[in-house]
Amino acid sequence: MTTPHASPRETTEGAVYTVTGGDWEEVVQSAAKADDERIIVNMGPQHPSTHGVLRLILEIDGETVTEARCGIGYLHTGIEKNLEYRTWTQGTTFVTRMDYLTSFYNETAYCLGVERLLGITDQIPDRASVIRVLLMELNRLSSHLVCIATGGMELGATTIMIYGFRDREMILDLYELITGLRMNHAFIRPGGLAQDLPPGAVDAVREFVKTMKKNLPEYDKLATGNPIFKARMQDVGHLDLTGCMALGATGPILRSAGLPHDLRKTDPYCGYENYEFDIPTADTCDSYGRFLVRLEEMRQSLRIVEQCLDRLEPGPVMVGDKKIAWPAQLALGADGLGNSTDHIAKIMGTSMEALIHHFKLVTEGFRVPAGQAYAAVESPKGELGVHVVSDGGTRPFRVHFRDPSFTNLQAMAAMCEGGQVADVIVAVASIDPVMGGVDR
Amino acid sequence: MSDETPNPEKELSEQNLPGQRGDHGEEVRVQRGMFGAQSGADTSGYGGLVRSIRLPGPATRPYGGWFDEVADELEGALEEQGLLPENAIEKTVVDRDELTFHIEREHLVRVARTLRDDPALRFELCTGVSGVHYPGDKGRELHAVYHLRSLTHGRLIRLEVSAPDADPRIPSLVAVYPTNDWHERETYDFFGIVFDGHPALTRIMMPDDWQGHPQRKDYPLGGIAVEYKGAQIPAPDQRRSYS
Repeated sequence: MTTPHASPRETTEGAVYTVTGGDWEEVVQSAAKADDERIIVNMGPQHPSTHGVLRLILEIDGETVTEARCGIGYLHTGIEKNLEYRTWTQGTTFVTRMDYLTSFYNETAYCLGVERLLGITDQIPDRASVIRVLLMELNRLSSHLVCIATGGMELGATTIMIYGFRDREMILDLYELITGLRMNHAFIRPGGLAQDLPPGAVDAVREFVKTMKKNLPEYDKLATGNPIFKARMQDVGHLDLTGCMALGATGPILRSAGLPHDLRKTDPYCGYENYEFDIPTADTCDSYGRFLVRLEEMRQSLRIVEQCLDRLEPGPVMVGDKKIAWPAQLALGADGLGNSTDHIAKIMGTSMEALIHHFKLVTEGFRVPAGQAYAAVESPKGELGVHVVSDGGTRPFRVHFRDPSFTNLQAMAAMCEGGQVADVIVAVASIDPVMGGVDR
Repeated sequence: MSDETPNPEKELSEQNLPGQRGDHGEEVRVQRGMFGAQSGADTSGYGGLVRSIRLPGPATRPYGGWFDEVADELEGALEEQGLLPENAIEKTVVDRDELTFHIEREHLVRVARTLRDDPALRFELCTGVSGVHYPGDKGRELHAVYHLRSLTHGRLIRLEVSAPDADPRIPSLVAVYPTNDWHERETYDFFGIVFDGHPALTRIMMPDDWQGHPQRKDYPLGGIAVEYKGAQIPAPDQRRSYS
């Protein structure tokens, strides 16, 4: 195949494409004639301050950035394509790896979409929804902590980095206790959860809330009033409400422009309408405002976590519909968590029907009526939307994730052009893009 | 056994027939048999079953809730602009509490602009484009799906536009919703839908010299067989499918 802009040239390694034709000649010539001070800098894709494999292409004039563009796709793993070759339940194992800092949000959004297609949204047990909210709010804390920690590190503030990762470590320990894994949990499943909270989890979360309440003010003391921190952050990465709306920016970026838009309030899911919390905003439209919004959101998340613990009632964590509910019972064995030997013995030894049922659901999966649905959750980065399409089969026909990092990263050019090179780092850090989510 | 005993085999009145799916909506797939067996190995007796899988079809008024209000306002606003609503809106689908307008592609930009600007509609936020490839939907193989959110009114609607594989062109919405810039590039990259009027429609995820559009259904997933505990496990797209 030849395209008008890239003609192939045969080499021993195969065809090599060179971008030619079109108006490239003119572009190159006019670039050659331009001012000598004009330099194009490629930051990344491997650069400590570009949040993973993000490539920033900056045209700079002296210290001023005149044009800024992003090169993405370095972490594209084809998750959406892969989902089409797995059962609906197996999908959670993939989506949890997209934005790896907000695993529980990816899982919940996907499961809410599947549940809407199945028409079982109302049948999700309360306990499952409360645990979903609990995990999501812990996840908001851990995601914001990474954002603030790495953002601080990029400014040279290594103390805040150490603090952030110290506190995130406690949350990862909780994940490990509850799901068995520190990342990539695949714990939230269509219909409910993989399993119930283990013994001791509630006490551990309560203990964490106590410690975290003591630790959170440290960020305030360390950064909020710090003149150097403020000088680096204030009026940097400016994006006002009009810009946010046009570019589709949501989450802390939108709230730092003064609009208290949060899907947990406007379009509640998982029972968020029953929790008391506030939506913090700032009116500065800059990186500093986003920092303040994130800090306050962490306090609000702690509030929600406490309410979750109070609301936990004993009960099932998976829908009652046995045609959908994952049939396996998990138990801790000598080699870790796996199928309960009692359960296997029971279905193998006493009930042929149960064995067939188990086998069919696990290998074949459940069928989802044809149609499409859109489910969205308020992830720490903004609106995480899932468009799921079923053709009536046991596998998704199409799953598309509207990842907030992807959409918000588009605002990079608007935030950086006309500013200093050093401010690019601050602006990108305030967007908090995670390339796993951007590239999927 | 007396002769009066009704024989269910002979009763062919409507109520005694098994439930049939309506023939409304778009057929996306024909399912044969019951257990997804495709090699003729289905000995269950259900092998001859033929069912067409259909996406939900057009809804009739009233749509329910605020759906009617949005539909009325949109139709009214289009009429004001001298555009017959039935020319622009191919059909309206209400399914799973979601409202979908299927829009003729030549009128997409006008409809989107109306949805954004009309004070009674005010869908300020577009959450991007999601492409879907229906190889079985002849003449409308490629779909572009947009979700629009109104922060003013707290509503969410879906626009769906289709284009044939032979002429995969859909007008770009970047002029109305600049956020669609990257989203349209992504959909072009993965599905080959050409968004007319996009300022720089280039690949965004795949390398510039990549051939083909990976999310299309005729593009293979790829992968290699792996050995696990002594058994060969085929690549994911070679495994048995029950769909």
